[in-house]
Amino acid sequence: MVPETPDPAAERPDDASPKADPAPERPDSPEPSGDSVGTPLVRFEKVCKRFGDTVVLDRLDLDVEAGRHVTLIGPSGSGKTTILRLLMTLTQPDEGRILIDGAPLDARARKTIGMVFQQFNLFPHMRVLRNVTEAPVHVLGMDKDEAAERAKGLLEMVGLGDKLDARPSQLSGGQQQRVAIARALAMRPRVLLLDEVTSALDPELVAGVLDVLRDIARGTDITMVCVTHEMNFARDISDLVVMFDGGRVVESGPPEALFHSPRHERTREFLSAVR
Amino acid sequence: MTTGLYELLLRGLWLTVQLTVFSAVLAAAVAFLAGLARLSRRWIVRFVAGVYVEFFRGTSALVLMFWLFFALPLLGWQLAALWAGTLALGLSYGAYGSEIVRGALRAVPPAQREAAIALSFTPAQRMLRVLLPQALPEMVPPFANLLVELLKGTALASVLGIGELAFSAQLVRLATGDSAQVYAIILVMYFVVAFVITRAMRLLERRAKASVGRAPGRSRGRPTRVPPGAIDPAVGATATVGGGTAGGGTAGGASPGTAAAGGTATGGDVA
Repeated sequence: MVPETPDPAAERPDDASPKADPAPERPDSPEPSGDSVGTPLVRFEKVCKRFGDTVVLDRLDLDVEAGRHVTLIGPSGSGKTTILRLLMTLTQPDEGRILIDGAPLDARARKTIGMVFQQFNLFPHMRVLRNVTEAPVHVLGMDKDEAAERAKGLLEMVGLGDKLDARPSQLSGGQQQRVAIARALAMRPRVLLLDEVTSALDPELVAGVLDVLRDIARGTDITMVCVTHEMNFARDISDLVVMFDGGRVVESGPPEALFHSPRHERTREFLSAVR
Repeated sequence: MTTGLYELLLRGLWLTVQLTVFSAVLAAAVAFLAGLARLSRRWIVRFVAGVYVEFFRGTSALVLMFWLFFALPLLGWQLAALWAGTLALGLSYGAYGSEIVRGALRAVPPAQREAAIALSFTPAQRMLRVLLPQALPEMVPPFANLLVELLKGTALASVLGIGELAFSAQLVRLATGDSAQVYAIILVMYFVVAFVITRAMRLLERRAKASVGRAPGRSRGRPTRVPPGAIDPAVGATATVGGGTAGGGTAGGASPGTAAAGGTATGGDVA
């Protein structure tokens, strides 16, 4: 069953009460997940999405297995970002269904998915530490001190251990994006969605963010789904690249294979255009 | 004018202040309720709130006052004059205020709501923890305007025989026959109260903006004993923003413009 209300969380007022609904037991750091062999962690089944007369996704089938780092590429308007927005329940599919670990995408499943936005979208009225602790405390029901300790650890990891009390507005774009990554990780996601995370950054700030993402990709078992226009980013981080056009998958494969010997004319055109 | 007449005016002033405070509290409550209701996902809630706002915005507070005080008793419900006045003013100005609340909430970049959804906040948490705190500072200046309007609007309550400032002035004028003097006095009295309101609201605005990290208040600057060279770049930047309140205001105003591109208020501030 695909959630039909604009906001599935509304159906679950219990979520606010902390202990009633503990998040699935998951360690902070990597642990090979053997449970999901066979079932893909994220599955799109014949998903259609239209905006007015424009068909953005056309009966899309897409599987992402646990632990994979998938990059979606394709011309703008090809539906890449819509896939992330559907997973984040920011928009609903018109047809088809989305399964997370075999179960329909609902409020509970959404808690296992984190997202990092192109424009960071930090909460400007909260200091850096609070940006990272707010959701774990109020959504997961985590103890405040525990959340703060974990947040400090995450901020340390992204190289911002000295900015806990800073306002987002006092940070550079790259720093803000690294806080946003820490904020998403603080929710202990199984899936991390990255929507053009480096495109809003000045070139010299991109490397710091990429370093952090590379560490996450190599050091954890978090499944990553990235949308990007930067092919180096795709090559660097992902183990599977999926080329989209017209709301459908054109082809997919490991980055090296897809970048060096694309099978489809459409992929070749796209790759030569972005290079 | 005798001391007794001055006392009459001061008592009138006190009633005016009371009337202003009571109506303002009611108006604020109604403004938030109706303003939030107009952004509800349920159409019926939006509709009811919309009807309320259109009705009270479109009817004269004076007529409403008459109606509450003189017509309601015919239906078996007699209100004290002070409460009839408070109710009429509170409901009218609350309708205007709800538009301020609604506008300020809609001016928060949609990306903030999306970020809150991405973190699985419930709709109530999104409103209380993310949207309202950012919208509040935007509401303060228009609310300050409305409050001054309300203060002056309390003069309408004199028609109900409430002994507020305008009513007392009328009595004094009848006693002394000196219109020029008494009206000059209450003119100044209204002005003084209005001035206090605007200054207080300015202070509140600065506080509110500082609390959302927009333009830090003056008191939040670095202690001067730190040698200028020792200030790290980030702090230096803070001080600059704090120094120019106008600059902070401009940045805040610019951010709704970037909202379509998914920009946040933070983005605007850095620029």
